[in-house]
Amino acid sequence: MSDKHDLVPEHKPGQSERTVSTRAMELAVAAALMLVAAVVMSDSWRVGAGWAVDGPQAGYFPFYIGVIMFVASAITFGVHVLTKAPDLSNFVDRSALLLVLKVLAPTVGFVVLIEFVGIYVAAAIFISVFMVWLGSYSLVKAIPVGVAVPAVLFWLFEIMFLIPLPKGPLEAALGY
Amino acid sequence: MLMESISSLFHGFGILADPVNILYMCVGITLGVLIGVLPGLGGANGVAILLPLTFSMSPTAAIIMLSSIYWGALFGGAITSILFNIPGEPWSVATTFDGHPMAQQGRADEALTAAFSSSFVGAFLAVIVLTFLAPIVAEFALEFGPAEFFAVQLLTFCSFVGMGRESPFKVLAAMMLGFSLAAVGMDGVTGTLRMTFGTVELMRGFDFLIAVIGLFGVGEILLTMEEGLAFRGKSAKINMRVVLQTWARLPTFWVTYLRSAAVGCWLGITPGGATPASFMSYGLARRFSRNRQKFGTGEIEGVVAPETAAHAAGTSALLPMLTLGIPGSPTAAVMLGGLLIWGLQPGPTLFIEQKDFVWGLIASMYLSNVVGFIIVLTTVPAWAAILRIPFSIIAPIILVMCAVGAYTVHNALLDVSIMLVFGVIGYLFKKLQYPLAPLVLALVLGDMAESSFRRAMLISQGEMSIFWSNWLVGLICLLAMIMLFWPLIGFVLDRLNTRKPAEML
Repeated sequence: MSDKHDLVPEHKPGQSERTVSTRAMELAVAAALMLVAAVVMSDSWRVGAGWAVDGPQAGYFPFYIGVIMFVASAITFGVHVLTKAPDLSNFVDRSALLLVLKVLAPTVGFVVLIEFVGIYVAAAIFISVFMVWLGSYSLVKAIPVGVAVPAVLFWLFEIMFLIPLPKGPLEAALGY
Repeated sequence: MLMESISSLFHGFGILADPVNILYMCVGITLGVLIGVLPGLGGANGVAILLPLTFSMSPTAAIIMLSSIYWGALFGGAITSILFNIPGEPWSVATTFDGHPMAQQGRADEALTAAFSSSFVGAFLAVIVLTFLAPIVAEFALEFGPAEFFAVQLLTFCSFVGMGRESPFKVLAAMMLGFSLAAVGMDGVTGTLRMTFGTVELMRGFDFLIAVIGLFGVGEILLTMEEGLAFRGKSAKINMRVVLQTWARLPTFWVTYLRSAAVGCWLGITPGGATPASFMSYGLARRFSRNRQKFGTGEIEGVVAPETAAHAAGTSALLPMLTLGIPGSPTAAVMLGGLLIWGLQPGPTLFIEQKDFVWGLIASMYLSNVVGFIIVLTTVPAWAAILRIPFSIIAPIILVMCAVGAYTVHNALLDVSIMLVFGVIGYLFKKLQYPLAPLVLALVLGDMAESSFRRAMLISQGEMSIFWSNWLVGLICLLAMIMLFWPLIGFVLDRLNTRKPAEML
């Protein structure tokens, strides 16, 4: 008994669920970690990874951290290249990936919006949009929730604990 | 020593008598259960989000509230596991194996009573261990120099490699990523800027609280989304008669209790954490139980074992945090971050300089477990009702809470974006079985480990031999190396074992 308000990946018949293989993702992440390790090593080398008159230089410790990270990721990479039984299973189903992106996109929008209208208004818009778009709620149900949550947050942070959060033009107009 | 611990403990209870502290405790437990029940909000990031709220409180009140949140989260995880077959926390995965079948057979109240009682017993045994062991460890650690401290930190990190269920190379890579991120910013010793690439924003470095909220909070939500979340749970009412009946049965499992608590304490003190403890304890219980065939079909012992171990581990993880400044779990790491922010230096001197704080905290563990036990037992229907709220309402609210938590750490908007990036990293890492706990712990301890390493090197003028210059440091380093190469040792032992029967044929 599935509910229309539930968030479950919808599998559309006739559409392939194939995205990328787990092995491809393993290789990509291991390669990315090797890249990060290379950056760590090169920057540590730049600031000096040796021994100065007064003791170890600033890059001494991080340099070896970079070395271990590089070697460990290189082994992970190598294992997945050389294995005789590569994990070719699907990394993520297309429908599931779509749902993850559908959650991620409005969240990114929310974070961008904070800069312009403050966190309270952004949260109100975000929660309402999320409920209507992904939860199939009517605006009549979504807006009260969207307004109530930031209102409680405002009371908690600005009034009870006196911790200022980012505010925008609306709060300024109300005198905060 | 024993009498001293007991009198210090009574002193701690005296501090607790302050009604404000009791109030914070109740608020903490309630928030904790809520955090434990909601998917996407775990102990570690729940405490991280709420940490800024405690900056204005006294450290004692603050740590009592935060540790109560932690206990609450441990209790809360069991509710969703049993009623909904959805583990609210990673450490309650093992509870679903037998807990949910029990609920399906209409024995939800029995399973919940067993789970809460076992959690209570596990935590209680671990607090007793903590009360008497912590002062001894602290006194011992007072003699430690930089080399000894680094050796203990080395042991901590090597244990992740030895104890982890993941590929040792992935554990190492994740851990080193944590150390690298910790190194970003100004070097505390020489003042050199490291890995800032000319930007002002990176000078502050990466705060682990932001990482925790992103990795565990946002990452978890994305993962939950993918699996699709539809709560279709059993309703729960607990009536007193069933509670008493269950209690009457529980003492027969005393061996399981003791074994699970021992596993939990061991894995909590060495940083294995609550999750492996619960799995290991479940596995052991299945191996030794007389009813081993019934495991997985709703056997009460299968609920008792993982819950006892998870709570024992969660509690004893605070022992190395308080005595050595080395947290045994990500949540303990967040609390350690809290201690530093309140201006307390964790480590052996804490037991001498901050007696009120330490013993107030330990005393609060006794009390908050009793209070938590009563609260969860009486309020289960309310939590079950919260779980009926669709995830499409809960998810955006949790994401807003994460954003607020990330912002309040430094009042920096950039941190909210960094949190999102950590969220995506957390999602990828979880899917590819890179462990997150060593990453977080390396990020927290990175500066400390580096400075003790460098001070040790300064003393020895760059000679590595300082790490086996006396029996203590040598022994710890040897243990660390055994842990580091354990996957290899285990592999060789396995080979030898499988070959033997073949030769005998």
